[in-house]
Amino acid sequence: VILRRVLIANRGEIAVRVMRTCRRLGIETVLAVTAADADAVPARLADKTIEITSYLDVDAVVEAAAAARADAIHPGYGFLSENPRLALACEAAGIVFIGPGADVLEAAGDKLAARGHAVAAGLPVLPGGLADPAGEGGAGAEALAGRIGYPVLVKAAGGGGGRGLRVVRDPADLAGAVAVGSAEAKAAFADPRVYLERYVSPARHVEVQLLGDGENVIHLGDRDCSVQRRYQKLIEEAPAPLLGDALRDGLRNAAVALGEHLRYRGAGTVEFLVDAARDAFYFLEVNARIQVEHPVTEAITGLDLVEEQIAIAERRPLRVRQQDVTFTGHAIECRLNAEDPAKDFLPSPGTITGAVFPAGATGAGLRVDTHVQAGSMVPPHYDSLLAKVIAHGAGRGEALERLEDALGRCAIDGVVTNLDMHRKLLADPEFEAGGVDTGYLTRWLSGAGHG
Amino acid sequence: MDLNPLTNEDVADILALLDSLPYDELDLETPRFRLTLRRTPGGWTQSTQVLSVPEPVATTTVSHRGAPDHGDVTSSSSRTGAEEGGRAADGVEVADEADGDGELVAVRAPLPGTFYRAPRPGAAPFVEVGSRVEADTVIGIVETMKLMNSVPAGVAGVVAGFCVANAEFAAQGAALLRIRADQ
Repeated sequence: VILRRVLIANRGEIAVRVMRTCRRLGIETVLAVTAADADAVPARLADKTIEITSYLDVDAVVEAAAAARADAIHPGYGFLSENPRLALACEAAGIVFIGPGADVLEAAGDKLAARGHAVAAGLPVLPGGLADPAGEGGAGAEALAGRIGYPVLVKAAGGGGGRGLRVVRDPADLAGAVAVGSAEAKAAFADPRVYLERYVSPARHVEVQLLGDGENVIHLGDRDCSVQRRYQKLIEEAPAPLLGDALRDGLRNAAVALGEHLRYRGAGTVEFLVDAARDAFYFLEVNARIQVEHPVTEAITGLDLVEEQIAIAERRPLRVRQQDVTFTGHAIECRLNAEDPAKDFLPSPGTITGAVFPAGATGAGLRVDTHVQAGSMVPPHYDSLLAKVIAHGAGRGEALERLEDALGRCAIDGVVTNLDMHRKLLADPEFEAGGVDTGYLTRWLSGAGHG
Repeated sequence: MDLNPLTNEDVADILALLDSLPYDELDLETPRFRLTLRRTPGGWTQSTQVLSVPEPVATTTVSHRGAPDHGDVTSSSSRTGAEEGGRAADGVEVADEADGDGELVAVRAPLPGTFYRAPRPGAAPFVEVGSRVEADTVIGIVETMKLMNSVPAGVAGVVAGFCVANAEFAAQGAALLRIRADQ
């Protein structure tokens, strides 16, 4: 198969990002847009646009691809990117889905099933299991939590993104947390199942990027995404700083083992929780899509992950062997969001009146992925990501310095952003030292370090 | 920034030319884009504007379900918090002006977003017409950019009628419902 025209079923910076690679490869792009996005920057950059009512409507997206006579659909991240129904509908319509097969999407999307696969592939998982709310008065869940040991984390089997997640420290709160978590999970993912896992704190969030062609699986190194707030990542970097060689190799080998077990085809990520104090790691979940933070991996490997996704979708064998993958320097990414850190991260939709970003010569190690310009509307219907600023340096210190310089040259007017927060964060000695845990950002926000 | 039709390499090449020249600013405009490069103490900055007009393939809207989406999740079905919860009470109920004699106070959307009358599918709406509310009673949720914002009544009284139906979009400051305030 050779792809000549791709429908991009997404919006925002990832739509622009996918278009850039398509254009370089000589692939025509048709962008599916809702009315709110019909005149946005991605729509202006696409070769063609086609209007749909919703980025979440499988039938509308497939029909749009057919109407536009596209060979393939690139789903980006979020929305339908990990929806097995879209993969199946594409297959039925004779359209290539740029992503893993429906079976892998099913296995990864059901967090309990993914946990089972991880165990089968020999990966360490946290003690836990399905919380059965049908058990009398939650007795089944209580017995399980007792075996795990408190605190426990209540998680939704049907999906991630922080929805349905709850920490329970006191056995008396367990039944309630399971009930509320289950209701939330049912609302968000149409699946009320929740499971329990041991809650480890402090812990770091480290993930491994995979590429697979269904036969062979390679890793493109690790990323640290521990700077989070309510499970939303804000700063990501590659490689993960201050990991011992044994731990890093363990993570990478484990991710590849799981990818091989799943006969993974496409780009994907295996997320781990790292207990740095004990030099231990545990499987968290598989993200069967391109991720927001993929540019830091591209910076240190020199690979274009969207190009590799397309090559794999064209059913080519992996074009890179593991021994050909090299890692150069260190890269850090900040997510600039339309939200107000001073008002508990209240979203700030509106009209952008000015958007200035750093411009760098080749080799300056700078990259900005964005979909906004002066005059852009930031609609309230979608997430708040405006731009990702990525800096690459010979080492972490240089990357950090370049990122601070880059943020100093950013100015977004018209909506409130977290730009200043990022500038202060990068200057915080604890972040500068590297290896912060997932509780770091919340502590920093409540502490004196924050203006 | 790497917006077509200019790539990062194009901008880098232009910067390389500019660096050897005494100019501090370049403003370039074509029918398709406008690029402004400025020399600042910290280095060069750029702002780009794509001026080209989107080119639709077809004029018809491709749609199966009517509802617009509200955000970014992996599951396409039944994803919005209160979609089902308020369904029975869907439609705008008109306040009965003759009923009672307190002042009608509008409760307005704090942010633009989707108004939900119930906390989650299957749950009872927060309030109904005739419900007694205090200033801190939550009357609904406005979902903006994936974030659920509870809306308090702000005034004590009785719910007189809804101005926005469940799961409908409300502009910032739009009246969501009216409360007949206590005397």
